[in-house]
Amino acid sequence: MEVILQNLTKKFPGRGKKKQDEVTAVNDFNFNIPDGSLIGLLGPSGCGKSTTLHLISGLLTPTSGKIFFGEDDVTGLPPENRGIGLVFQNYALYPHLTVKQNILFPLENRKGKDRLSKQEMLSKAQEAARMVQIDGLMERRPGELSGGQQQRVAIARALVKMPKVLLLDEPLSNLDARLRLQTREEIRRIQQETGITTIFVTHDQEEAMSISDLIVVMKDGVVQQTGKPQEVYDDPLNLFVAKFLGNPQINVFQGNVKGEKLYIGKDAVLDIRDILGKDAGTEVPGITEKEVCVGVRPEGFVPDADGPFRCSLRGVEVMGRDISVVSENPAALSPAIRAVINSEHMSEIGSTEVRFSLLPNKVFLFDKDTEERIGFRGTQTEAVKK
Amino acid sequence: MKKKMQDSTLKGWLYLLPAIVFLGFFMVYPLIDVLIYSFEEGYNFASQTYFGTGTYNYSYILHDPYFLQAVKNTLILVAVTVPLSTGIALLISVGLNSITALRSLLQTIYFLPYVTNTLAVGLVFMILFKKTAYSDGLVNLLINWFGGSSVDFIEGPYWAKMFVLCFYTIWIVMPFKILILTSALASINQDYYHAARVDGTSKFRIFRRITLPMIAPMIFYLIITGFIGAFKAYSDAVALFGTDLNAAEMNTIVGYVYDMLYGDSGGYPSYASAAAVILFVIVLTITCINLLISKKKIH
Repeated sequence: MEVILQNLTKKFPGRGKKKQDEVTAVNDFNFNIPDGSLIGLLGPSGCGKSTTLHLISGLLTPTSGKIFFGEDDVTGLPPENRGIGLVFQNYALYPHLTVKQNILFPLENRKGKDRLSKQEMLSKAQEAARMVQIDGLMERRPGELSGGQQQRVAIARALVKMPKVLLLDEPLSNLDARLRLQTREEIRRIQQETGITTIFVTHDQEEAMSISDLIVVMKDGVVQQTGKPQEVYDDPLNLFVAKFLGNPQINVFQGNVKGEKLYIGKDAVLDIRDILGKDAGTEVPGITEKEVCVGVRPEGFVPDADGPFRCSLRGVEVMGRDISVVSENPAALSPAIRAVINSEHMSEIGSTEVRFSLLPNKVFLFDKDTEERIGFRGTQTEAVKK
Repeated sequence: MKKKMQDSTLKGWLYLLPAIVFLGFFMVYPLIDVLIYSFEEGYNFASQTYFGTGTYNYSYILHDPYFLQAVKNTLILVAVTVPLSTGIALLISVGLNSITALRSLLQTIYFLPYVTNTLAVGLVFMILFKKTAYSDGLVNLLINWFGGSSVDFIEGPYWAKMFVLCFYTIWIVMPFKILILTSALASINQDYYHAARVDGTSKFRIFRRITLPMIAPMIFYLIITGFIGAFKAYSDAVALFGTDLNAAEMNTIVGYVYDMLYGDSGGYPSYASAAAVILFVIVLTITCINLLISKKKIH
């Protein structure tokens, strides 16, 4: 089922009676969610991602804007008539009911001709339980299950009524690191097996990037950028998106464009044309003679004895396959610069100074004031501007 | 290590000592004493003497029509007020929980009887129900208005007096129950309701399958304390019908015990003790049954 969000806006009344105390949780959200895809709504806490999810579920009604499921305008429909499955962050499993009773609960709600026979209900519940691999735990109560198992029960309960859209609110945040990894693959598998359009909310960029078909990055109720995870990562629209995606975080420097060179501090690190593409350069308005913010992905550093970018070394963290070189530079906007390099280059790192050459496609320029990306390509992704 | 453990155990007992002494002196000792008195015939406080031992006291009060009347009254009171007050309190709490406007005001109003003096409330009930030379009481005015004839609720037929007593008791115990139930309802995680709504659960089913089981422990707490409280009813009857409850046919078991000790027919500690022991056994039995049921029914 395709889900279309049109100018979706949700305002909450403030504490005071004055209009200006209103909080705009979601501001003019436009997005088409293709049928059968897995969408990650991503953003820091308080960015409106959960509100968006609850608007789609119908538990909240939008202040303005419309929601379509396929051709149908569901904006005014109550949640029970939308055909959605919702998995809560805390699972909201009924503690006094067994796993089986929990999964049966949505089916038992149906009345009239929609109501299935006892036998059909049981077989559907069994099927849903098998899908999430908890069919051996049917007689237990939620309190007797681990967090991961409870999560599966919650998903089974949402799936059993064959929803058109499956909504997951921070599905992994209550699980430990290992389970999180396992469960996110599980969610991907279940989504692909059922082909149900799935929207999930997370504040963990890694989670969203790893399993989503498309991600939506939000900040303060406003959609920053949407697109395929890799494309958004490689071509962020602004500094916020660039900072939010990627672990370790992108390194940000104060830089200067002079001539056709990009300077970080006194080091001329790259040719502008290399960063912005051959056809750009001086033609990009206002790019000559300008102070900019420079973002460099940790994997954009290549240790090079003759490299143009000089930093003072603070330490090396060994992570196995890669090593993380921590260094300092006066132009950096954060106290430490983190470069992730292949451990084979270990020998090329000096003891006090480390020199890098930078990979142009891992370097982004941002306007110093607006923090908008300079030379945003937006080749395949459709940027949603404010 | 072992010494340390002993030290801390000792300390623990030391902290408990005041409570143990106090409870032992004022609760356990009197309890045992009452049990002993109840088997001593004709015990006299002043001379500390008695004629003999045996079950005569029990046989006497079990044949005393006043005692039987008191047991009957108490049982009716318990059977009527406990389920009714809990049920009505539940309805009001659910109602309060589902509205937003006026909620605080209504909560305050429902809580007022709890902070009002029993005797003041009794006075109000007099105005409502009592027949005087000038008026038949407010309730009778209403009955007359609907075409019925006046009933004397305070000195009239047994059922009318019983009605007033039950009405009064329900009214007086309700605030506490509403308080407990509204806070129990408010503490239920809203996500359960959201989940149920998304699944299209009907209001009645949400109440029966989610709300009720979630607050069941509180309801059982209220039922158990309600039973105990109703069995111990006395002051309410006095507030309504005066001190000579035997004459009014409105005595309760506790009232009977009191009368046997200090009332008009007073001075019989042995009979009072026997009645108190019987009350104790009844309350204990019912509480045990309650606990057994609640253990089975509540997860």
